[in-house]
Amino acid sequence: MKPAPVAYARPTSLTEALELLAGTPDAKVLAGGQSLVPLLNMRLAAPTLLVDINRLPGLDHVMAAPDGVHVGALARHSAVLADAAARRTQPLLADALSHVAHATIRNRGTTVGSIVHADAAAEMPAVLAVLDGHVEVASVRGRRRIEARDLVVGPLQSSLEHDEIALEACFPALDARAGTAFTEISRRQGDYALCGVAAVVALDEDGAVASARCGYLAVHETPAVVDLPALVGARGPLGDDVVTAAADLALGVLDVEGDIHGTAAYRRHLVRVLTARALRTAHDDAVTRTTTRTTAPTPTTGGTA
Amino acid sequence: MSTTSTDQAAEPTYDVRLVVNGTPHEVRLPARRLLSDALRHDLGLTGTHVGCEHGVCGACTVLLDGAPARSCLVLAVSADGAEVTTVEGLTEDDGTPQGRLGPVQQAFVDCHGLQCGFCTPGFLTTITAGLRENPDPTHDEAREMVAGNLCRCTGYQNIVKAVERAADLAGRGRPDGDDARPADGGAA
Repeated sequence: MKPAPVAYARPTSLTEALELLAGTPDAKVLAGGQSLVPLLNMRLAAPTLLVDINRLPGLDHVMAAPDGVHVGALARHSAVLADAAARRTQPLLADALSHVAHATIRNRGTTVGSIVHADAAAEMPAVLAVLDGHVEVASVRGRRRIEARDLVVGPLQSSLEHDEIALEACFPALDARAGTAFTEISRRQGDYALCGVAAVVALDEDGAVASARCGYLAVHETPAVVDLPALVGARGPLGDDVVTAAADLALGVLDVEGDIHGTAAYRRHLVRVLTARALRTAHDDAVTRTTTRTTAPTPTTGGTA
Repeated sequence: MSTTSTDQAAEPTYDVRLVVNGTPHEVRLPARRLLSDALRHDLGLTGTHVGCEHGVCGACTVLLDGAPARSCLVLAVSADGAEVTTVEGLTEDDGTPQGRLGPVQQAFVDCHGLQCGFCTPGFLTTITAGLRENPDPTHDEAREMVAGNLCRCTGYQNIVKAVERAADLAGRGRPDGDDARPADGGAA
């Protein structure tokens, strides 16, 4: 349970960090370390060089802009969770972050690190995917943008090249007539989920559902996003037939696998129950937001920054 | 930070400065040395306990620049320059060499929150920081505060009582502190 011998570098500029990565094919980037260090301890990972990016300047931002929430590579989960402007701009972010491990882990772990770790059982990759977000990455060859749908290519496998550093994740802002929900089932609060669902439901101007989609974690080998046209046109409260049809649609797409923590049959059951729960909550949220906007044009502040 | 490698086979080591419980230390460590091991082996501070060594049990929790962190999930070299508070740093100075138990430590004694005591250091550091953030937790918030720490004696009832007792003990020192609740939580 001790890491294998490894060399260590703590660059103070991005250029230096990128050159180190480019020069060492099996180097790993160390940010919060809350996913990487367990892998090192168990020797599931044994890089020859760790490039510690914690002293790189200008990467710890949590910036709520009109287009969405921009989270820098060194922003800790706890900082993102505590950011009132981020919560207003995209409430799904904070809803899901409160399920990420425990406060102690969130103090160190970074949101961007969790995303590029590409764990299908983690909350943040699924949230980025359901929102159609993206990640900005850099290497000595330049910068590029990776869409969330192209980011996770397999279990713990992202589409980043070995010499790339993820600089920022962008979570698009919630649309004016939309609502969100996040729900998951785990054995204990803070554990990895047996199944988790992030839902976004948007309404049209007459209050009927215009679009609905769910992101799934821990049931598919990658974070899966399913569009649910079965809901379009529905009006609240959503009936059993509507949410059941949506869950059936999702189950038709998801390749639900069982493991030591739960059988495939049990997880399919959870998909059914949690899809219904998340869609109803997201729909209620959309109705509340739309109503609040109509009757009270001043947005609520949602607490102090 | 500088590197030395005396011969081909030797593992590179790095200078690491840590301020632990107010005392500055300079040690030379390989990159793979976990902060938990640096505290225990290199600095001799064995109050920090190591349980699972992959971030699940919480026994090794220390305060890193004031915030709770799993010391088994931090490489000591990456904590270079940080201030660390371990369980040894939770006692209060009363002029004696051993000091006086801090409010969270005293509450664990009062409520029989230790039991075998293995997990206790991680609980004490976690609760110390937790009460700083939320000095007057509800019962549910007290439970949530310790949710990331495992006790294999499974004596969580007394640990949660100790959180509430510690809040009372610490509250007596505050101008707006509530009247202390009894150690048994007032339940009949």
